[in-house]
Parts: sequence; C-alpha cells; structure tokens
Amino acid sequence: MNEQIPVTVLTGYLGAGKTTLLNRVLSENHGKKFAVIVNEFGEIGIDSDLVVGADEEVFEMNNGCICCTVRGDLIRIIGGLLKRKGKFDAILVETTGLADPAPVAQTFFADDDVKKHTKLDSVLTVVDAKHVLQRLEDTTEAEDQIAFADVLLLNKTDAVSADELAKVEKRLRGLNPFAKIHRTERCQIPLDQILDRGSFDLNRILEIEPEFLDDHHHHHHHHHDEEMDSISLSAEKPLDPAKFDTWISDVLMSKGPTILRAKGILNLANADSRYVFQAVHMMSEGAFTGPWPAKDKRQSRLVFIGRELDMDALKAGFAACQMA
Amino acid sequence: MPTAPLVESKGLSWAIDAYAVGAAATPDGRYFVCAFGDGTVRVLDLTDAGKGFKAFNVHKGGSLCFASDIDAGSFLSGGDDGKLIKVGIDGSTEIIADLGRKWVEHTIAHPDSGFRAYASGKDAFVLGKKQKEPRKITHETSVGGLAINPKGKRLAVSHYNAVSLWWLAAKDGLPQILPWKGSHLQIGWSPDGDYVVTAMQENALHGWRLSDGQHFRMQGYGTKIRAMSFVKRGQFLATGGADTVICWPFTGGGPMGKAPIEFGGMINGPAVTAVLAHPKLDAVAAGFANGKVIVGQPGNPRVMPIAAPPKDQESSPVSVLAWTPEGDRLLAGTEAGHVHVVDFRSLS
Repeated sequence: MNEQIPVTVLTGYLGAGKTTLLNRVLSENHGKKFAVIVNEFGEIGIDSDLVVGADEEVFEMNNGCICCTVRGDLIRIIGGLLKRKGKFDAILVETTGLADPAPVAQTFFADDDVKKHTKLDSVLTVVDAKHVLQRLEDTTEAEDQIAFADVLLLNKTDAVSADELAKVEKRLRGLNPFAKIHRTERCQIPLDQILDRGSFDLNRILEIEPEFLDDHHHHHHHHHDEEMDSISLSAEKPLDPAKFDTWISDVLMSKGPTILRAKGILNLANADSRYVFQAVHMMSEGAFTGPWPAKDKRQSRLVFIGRELDMDALKAGFAACQMA
Repeated sequence: MPTAPLVESKGLSWAIDAYAVGAAATPDGRYFVCAFGDGTVRVLDLTDAGKGFKAFNVHKGGSLCFASDIDAGSFLSGGDDGKLIKVGIDGSTEIIADLGRKWVEHTIAHPDSGFRAYASGKDAFVLGKKQKEPRKITHETSVGGLAINPKGKRLAVSHYNAVSLWWLAAKDGLPQILPWKGSHLQIGWSPDGDYVVTAMQENALHGWRLSDGQHFRMQGYGTKIRAMSFVKRGQFLATGGADTVICWPFTGGGPMGKAPIEFGGMINGPAVTAVLAHPKLDAVAAGFANGKVIVGQPGNPRVMPIAAPPKDQESSPVSVLAWTPEGDRLLAGTEAGHVHVVDFRSLS
C-alpha cells in the first residue's frame, strides 16, 4: 500500500523518437502496467484509460526562489492516479520538446503527497543522432535535457555515419559525462534497460554509476563543454559533517540556478555508513544508506553538472570540508 | 482509561479495497452514498445497514470527485473517464457531461438555485437546471477547487495566483479576481457569504473578506491542508494539515491577528487529513493520516473517539467524512477503503 510508484521522465526534442518509445511502453508485454502522462495525445496509438493529458503548468513554490519551480498539473494528475490503486505499477511522464526537465524533477522533491506515494526513477532523454548537433546550436532546451538525463537514448543511429555518430556521442559526453548512453534505431532497446533504473534512489546511485567507484578516476576531473560544465570531486580524508552541510547549503543557495544536478557519496567523520546526497538546482536530499563495502576505499565523491560552474571554488570548498 | 472507539459499540465497518473519494447522505437521512477510486458508487441503506453497501459500476476508470446533486436524493460523480454522471440511490445513472479523454476533477451543486458546476483542467463549466449546454469558463491555469456561495448566486474557482468569482446565472462577463501569488487548491465559502478561503500548495490558508476586500494568510501547518469546513454558524473554520484540528475564529471581524483554537490529535502525531463540521451543532468530525476518526468541539479538550487505526492492516489516511442532515450518523472512509458508519442516536 505504501510502496512508492516509480516515475520515469521522458524528455527529448520534437521528432527525436519519444512517441515511438511511448507506444512501445504502452503496447509491449513487459510485465508492468504504466500510467502515461503525455503533453498531447496526438500520435499515441493506444487508446488506454491510463493515458492522461497534461498541461505543462509550471509554477513557483511561494518561497521567493525562482528556481524552485514545480509542475502543478503533475501534482494534480498524480493525485488523481493514486485514487486508482492497483491499476498500474509505474508512471511515465512525457514532456514537450521545449520543456525544461527541472520543474518535473523538482515536483518529486517538493510536494508532500507526491513524495509519499511516488519516487522519481530516472530522467530519460531521447536524442536524434542526425539532428541533435543542430538542435544544440539553436536551443538551450536540448542542452538542458541532455545534461539533466540519467539515461540518454542516442536514437536514429542508422541515419548517420559511424564518424558522425562518434562525434555526436562525444558531444553528449561533454554535456553529461555521468549518464548511461544507449545507441538505438527506432528506440529498439529492451525496456528494462531504461525503465526502473533507480537513478534518484539514494540506495542505488552507487550501483548504476560505476564511474563513481572507479579508483582510477582522476581527482577533480572535469569536463568543459561550451555551455555545460561538469566536475567530479573527491576527498581522501573524512568530511566534517557540519562543514560540509554549511558549504553545500551555501553552494546550492547561491549557485542553485546554475546547477542542474549534483550527486555525491560521502564519507562523513564518525559515521559508519555511506552518506548519499543529491540535488536538483536548489532542492536536495541526503541519507545514510548502509555500511561501506569492505573492499571499497572510504572516499568521498561529489559530482556537479551545471552552467558556468566555478571549478576552482568548488574544488577548494569541497577540499576544505575535510577533517583537519 | 480511554474510551473505546464508538464504532465498536455503535457502528459498523467495512473493508472495500478502493480509495474513498467522496460521500454524502440523502436529504432524508436514510442513505449514505459513497464514490470510490475503482469507479463504483456504493449505497448504504441506514434502515438496514447490516446488509452493507450495494455497489454500482458508474465509471470505466475511477471516480475523482463527488457531490450531492441539485435533485434531492441524487448525486454527481466525476471520473477519469471524462464523464460527470448523475447517480440515484437505486444505481440509475444519467450522463450530465462527457469531456472525452479529459478528467472531471471537481464538481459541486447548489440545490436551491439549481446550478451544477464541474471542472476539468483549466475549464470550469456551469450548468443551470434548464440549460441545455453548460457555460464553459477557461482559466489561465488549472482549477484547484470550486465553491458556491450560500445564496447560490456565485461560483468561486481557485487556481494559480488567484480566485475567480463568477456569477452563476450570467452568460458572459468578467470575473471578480481575488489575487494572491501561489497555487490555490481546496476552497470554501463562509456561511455568511462574506469570506472565501483557500488551502494552498504551500501549507497555508489564504482568505479574503468580500465586503471590504481585506485579505489574510494563516500558516504554520506541517503538511498540505487538504480539508476545511466552517463550523455551523461560521464561528470557526476547522482545518486539517496539522497534528491537531486547527480552528480559526471567524466571528467579530475574522481571524486577523487572532490565535486559532486546537483540539484532538497529539503533538507530532499523524496529521489531520479530513474535517467536516456537524450540520446542527458546533462539533467537528476529524480524520487522521493513520485512519483514526474523532468528533470534538472547538474549545473543549475532550474528544469522542470514533474509530481507531486498523489493527491488522496498514493504516491509511481518512479521505472522506459525511454527516446525515440531522447529524445523527457519521460516515468516514479512508484511502485504503476502510469505511466506518456510526450511529449517535442512542447516546443522548
């Protein structure tokens, strides 16, 4: 009864292949029943009473913070869906091609009822291999959707040459070094590889991002795309919990609007468990998620994806959180 | 020693296994009618309550909203099948509106004036008794709730950043806007017609006094308020959202600058998720997030326990409450479909 229903957010530019994927989710026998929230019914081939139209109503939470925006219509629709318990076991939210994924994700942090009954599973972005580079030239939305993703579906790979594809993938990596990339034609991929990922599940952040634990990973590794930065920080010494809390709160308060996503696994002083942390713009959550595996080095890692990140300040700030 | 919940000696309980969406009694007090998330409307004959609810399949999907209709003994149920359906106690149905793939999310009716109103997304619809086609009023953002004033002349529609007040009988015209930044959800109109109050996304209430345009904010709630009800003559507004029932005084110039009265619940206990004022007395029924139900009175520290959280199953928030018109019986239903009916008649 109190099990949280997983929610996958599907983004991608118009024509990238979102509808193809939606129709597959609705029609294929994959053992799960999805309620699907779409922005328009247009090309959805299935007439199911579990397909719901949304209005993409973005509103500000009334706390004066411009980046704490949520999707009011989603709160409403999820409230309605929850009245039909037992009729579905997962939710898929499609956004328009022009949508900023942040308010969708933030809805799952901000609303009590939504938070209680559902959990954000992952942000899945479908990218059209042939047109994405042009889209990235023309718009900032495409960039946001890619940088925000947990899973990138690099679709229509048959429409480009191997060289072009490598170039596109390199660009995607530049924008988002942490997402899982799948190459597909007509969104052909086993659905279990893209659904029920647990990307926002604090307990699973480790499992799905092996790079996090990679000991060969460079310290303070960072990527710099023209518009999007990412940085991966690590610290050998345990962190002072109070110092880290003060620092990260200050970073999110002052730089929240420029930070799309942040995730971290932290080794806090005097704690036996791993502390896992994540943020979407200014909204964050963290929790202890169990003991460190015996074979792993106890080390703190924290990644940020955002615009115009002050790499040096983040590096120095994080380093200063270590116990003396 | 705490008293045993009343339902154990003076009531009946059922496990219906569907989300209780709304409930109401017939004007003669003989039947309770309840709509559920599985698309059924269920009818309980109080002269033979032991027989239990009779279920009628009304919606293809689930019911999302429920209200008494303008015709005595009939009810309105709006569903995610896009239909607003008039339901009789014999299970007879009549489709009042069909919005196709859109959801009917709110409905309300005012028997004396003969107006029905319902809403889906950004659209509110007004349908007078003799009207063939409803008047469709599109708002800039989604409708959060509907209320009709006691005289049955005006419709209040809550939405993002404001409440819009419309004249029910008008064919067109612009609304009176009651602005306040933020998302307004549940809405209530005071019995004297002078106050409109909304529960907001941000765990706060906002209210307006129509006679002079003053407005006020009431906050300090731990969760979303979800439920509010004006106590009989409008002396108090009882609200959910906190771990006790919060009652704001509305006499002598309204709640501005005054402290609320609290009753029931316990500090850091489960939140109040449903409240409904008694139709005759200054008493209030309240339901909690753990399924507990009480009846109390603002200013009286003693409350009457009605139902306890379920013992052998997971507890679930109380989602509906309904009194008979005389207030001698109370129905409470939860999100998990536990339904209790208690009979107060032999207590006095």
